[in-house]
Amino acid sequence: MRFSVSIQTADFDLSGETEALRREDTRVGAVCSFVGTVRGSADGVRSMELEHYPGMTEKAIEAMIDEARRRFDIYAARVIHRVGLLRPGEQIVLVAVTSAHRGQSFQACEFLMDYLKTQAPFWKKEETPEGARWVDARASDDAALARWGIAGGNA
Amino acid sequence: MKVTVKYFASIREAIGPGSEAVETAARSCGELRDELLARGGAYAQVLARGKAVRIAKDQVMSDESATLVEGCEVAFFPPVTGG
Repeated sequence: MRFSVSIQTADFDLSGETEALRREDTRVGAVCSFVGTVRGSADGVRSMELEHYPGMTEKAIEAMIDEARRRFDIYAARVIHRVGLLRPGEQIVLVAVTSAHRGQSFQACEFLMDYLKTQAPFWKKEETPEGARWVDARASDDAALARWGIAGGNA
Repeated sequence: MKVTVKYFASIREAIGPGSEAVETAARSCGELRDELLARGGAYAQVLARGKAVRIAKDQVMSDESATLVEGCEVAFFPPVTGG
């Protein structure tokens, strides 16, 4: 399972996941990871409900990993995205990548996050004191993906 | 032909059911969107032209030009906000 995707309600353990990626692979010289968390914003978000498209979400992220493997010299990648009810401070997403040297895993990690933000079917609904609201997609996420030569078409 | 239509997030919330079987004469995802929004009500509101609607055909990001085939699955949803 050098390249794998999990969509789950359960939390994840960063050190356990990265340890699993590099264990028994002596070629690895770099492990790069990103963890996204629920931001406790000034406007009082109490919790967030994450929805996805079962089946498609997994396939979409697997296709992104395939694209990352074509673009970068990486040995392993792990993507975990949580769904369901999450509160400020909780972990939402993990992207972890290994490579021989840092450049490739740094880039692959950022590429996967930029791609995921605009192309993976997830939707966030925030619970605030004024009621629930769907989070709007941001044009800046499309701009981040455009750096890699991919049109986001999101916002 | 018969197709399965799925809705997610704010579009699902407005329409009600998350999935429905639709008998359609549409040949493309865009024509299917036209048929659905012609039903009026919530369909007309959330699938109206000018609304930001993304389309997946058989679980792959697609667009209105995608050709429908018997038994395929078409999903309509707002721009995504993961990560």
